[in-house]
Amino acid sequence: MRDFYGTTLANGFMLGTAQYPSPAILADAFRRSGASVATVSLRRESGQDRAGQDFWQMIRALDVHILPNTAGCHSVKEAVTTAHMAREVFDTKWIKLEVIGEEDTLQPDVFGLVEAARILTEDGFQVFPYTTEDLVVADRLLHAGCEVLMPWGAPIGSGLGLNNLFGLRAMRAHFPDVPLVIDAGLGLPSQAAQAMELGFDAVLLNTAVAKSGDPAGMAEAFATAIRAGQLGAAADPMEPRDMAAPSTPVIGKAFLS
Amino acid sequence: MKLQLNGDMIETQAAMLDGLLEEQGFTGAKIATAVNGDFVPAPARATCALSEGDRIEVLAPMQGG
Repeated sequence: MRDFYGTTLANGFMLGTAQYPSPAILADAFRRSGASVATVSLRRESGQDRAGQDFWQMIRALDVHILPNTAGCHSVKEAVTTAHMAREVFDTKWIKLEVIGEEDTLQPDVFGLVEAARILTEDGFQVFPYTTEDLVVADRLLHAGCEVLMPWGAPIGSGLGLNNLFGLRAMRAHFPDVPLVIDAGLGLPSQAAQAMELGFDAVLLNTAVAKSGDPAGMAEAFATAIRAGQLGAAADPMEPRDMAAPSTPVIGKAFLS
Repeated sequence: MKLQLNGDMIETQAAMLDGLLEEQGFTGAKIATAVNGDFVPAPARATCALSEGDRIEVLAPMQGG
């Protein structure tokens, strides 16, 4: 497993904590997933019901790495301020940096993303930028100080899988030494396996598990697929070819016609 | 004085941010604060003076993807 800012994860599964039918199902899904990272966010707290406090106790009990996000931020200032608040609350330098640029696709504002990444990196954050597969943007993010990149598979919550195989393959080839995480858009375990087979280091997903009919079962399915894809990539897959090649030896075949 | 707490207009007797948090039931809670869009770290709350119409944000851990 590759290092993420000096932290070696037990596996390549990063799982979101939103949209589960209940806290108990969320906890069960994490147990079955074995995920090494949980993504969380910050939202307004009420002094009366203090809902966030109970949630935090439950997340701490999962004993996983915490990756706070800046979900819903549309400007550099919003994202940077949210990151500072998250660092204080969650006591981690890690931040999943989202600067949303378009409402229909929730694709990142890559210009704002690079600027926010630079500001946060200079302030000591370890930034996990939610980006596209654009190589030029990726290069700018690395120059801004990012040591991990998180290209989207498809729009957040769409479940479409890996929309741009060529682009993702090119990204992997272009940055062989950078930890790369497919973030968002996965809907099926097979898509996670495909991401790992392409040589990505981890996948980050939420909706595919939380909104399935059986989140705990789906979490385990993804964990198994991620492991399979990782093992497959490490085992140096064969080159595909256009024409058939018999796998059973021809030598020694009986002459029966 | 009147100010906004998480989008709601409230009346408070507190002069400082830490006093407001105590008054509004956040004692001991795991929270982060911002005043008028700027982050106020926990150690600075005791010296953060409030003004009429200030916009206070009090955030806590929540589900996220």
